[in-house]
Amino acid sequence: MGAISIDAATNRASVNSDECVECYACFRGMSMEKLNPSFVRGVRSFLKLFRLRFDPEPDVCPTSAITPDELAWPRVVRRAFSDPQVTHESTGVHGRGTEEVKTNDVTNRVGIGEVGYVVEFGRPTVGVRFRDIEKMTVALAKIGIAFEPNNPVTHMMTDKAAGKLRDDILNEKILSAIVEFKTSIGNVPAVLAKVDQVSKTLDTVVAVGVSTRCEQDGASALDAVLVDEGLSFVRGKTNLGLGHAS
Amino acid sequence: MTNTLHRYGSAESFSDDYIVFAIPARGHNDKDCVEKERRFLQIAQKHNPVNLGDASHGCIYRPSKDLKPTVHWRRDETTNFEAVQSGVSCPTTVAAVFDNQDSVVAFIKELKTADLGLSINISGALDKAQECARRAGLERHSVEYSLGFFGQTDRMADRNTLELSTMCGHGMISFNLVRKLVEWVKQGRRTPDQASTTLARFCSCGVFNPTRASRLFETAKKG
Repeated sequence: MGAISIDAATNRASVNSDECVECYACFRGMSMEKLNPSFVRGVRSFLKLFRLRFDPEPDVCPTSAITPDELAWPRVVRRAFSDPQVTHESTGVHGRGTEEVKTNDVTNRVGIGEVGYVVEFGRPTVGVRFRDIEKMTVALAKIGIAFEPNNPVTHMMTDKAAGKLRDDILNEKILSAIVEFKTSIGNVPAVLAKVDQVSKTLDTVVAVGVSTRCEQDGASALDAVLVDEGLSFVRGKTNLGLGHAS
Repeated sequence: MTNTLHRYGSAESFSDDYIVFAIPARGHNDKDCVEKERRFLQIAQKHNPVNLGDASHGCIYRPSKDLKPTVHWRRDETTNFEAVQSGVSCPTTVAAVFDNQDSVVAFIKELKTADLGLSINISGALDKAQECARRAGLERHSVEYSLGFFGQTDRMADRNTLELSTMCGHGMISFNLVRKLVEWVKQGRRTPDQASTTLARFCSCGVFNPTRASRLFETAKKG
């Protein structure tokens, strides 16, 4: 996000709270020393006099200066959608809070002839505001998409049929969020065309994934559809079918 | 683990990148899954993973909150597999990263025998994942394809940066940190392995592949 910078007036690092998505990467990912801040500033100033700069480990905060803030609604949604170690209360899943076809061998959520979609906003590392997500969900709702109920973004909708999100979160910026839904395989070209069209109007990037249940021999009917659409695919997730209900 | 779906790179660049993960389905088999997830990690460790992680508690590479100033000259870069296994305490996603197909196949064969009941997925190049499944005597049940990025793709970083940064799809590895480390590797201020370990500490799920990262840093170094 680039939310942390040195304030020229105070000569101290400051966080742009409008840009910060509360991912906690700085607090959790950085290692810490516990040096005296005055000492550290003194050494830095001395070196600066001679146009020198210390070559420290890039992921160490010398003074343990980074501390998390107490978050209140609606800002707390930033953390829920940005910090992968926070469990989404709505789905009980970490990360972006979605199971997709990762558990399809147990849930049979996406059947043969059906296609599951994961439309993810703000990834990689660009970020997104909910108002941009809403532009997409409203557009998808207009073409008859029914959103996956067990999904954190769907839980933020006040009108699921219209794809409308809560007004009080629309300006909140998050690292990324996933909208999930499924259609029959015949609708893939129309849905992907709509996603592509709306994506161009958003102030972020959109990562798209599609999934399906395979035949007994592992064949996927989606291969031909995607090739016909001129889409290339190299990478993905392969569910091995070893899961079962306990 | 959608965080592993959209890794950036060509098909060849995924030749040393296989993530095998286990996930319980909420309300179906998540009641007694903690012990099964620990078992998954124990089995994985036998097959020489290059990373291992629990999405709730971290991976074998961890930041430290109480370092001494000597860290800037002598950094302890030991990995802690035991902490990952013993740390699992609630239903979560557990993952093991491998840099070769043979280890993946052997691991899956053993998982099949163990019959943990958790959903097991391979994230990687689709053809190679299917090959691994077949070599282990399985056909894939379901498949998810990454179709890449739409919208304002000009806001994304360059290829080198994306290949490294997207190894944590949750976005915990910033473009700026990757750019800085690529520059430092080029200048000889850090080795590719040191730079790779630095990035790995930010990916708490443990799906970052340090072998692939070192290779990418090495390539970037040459220009």
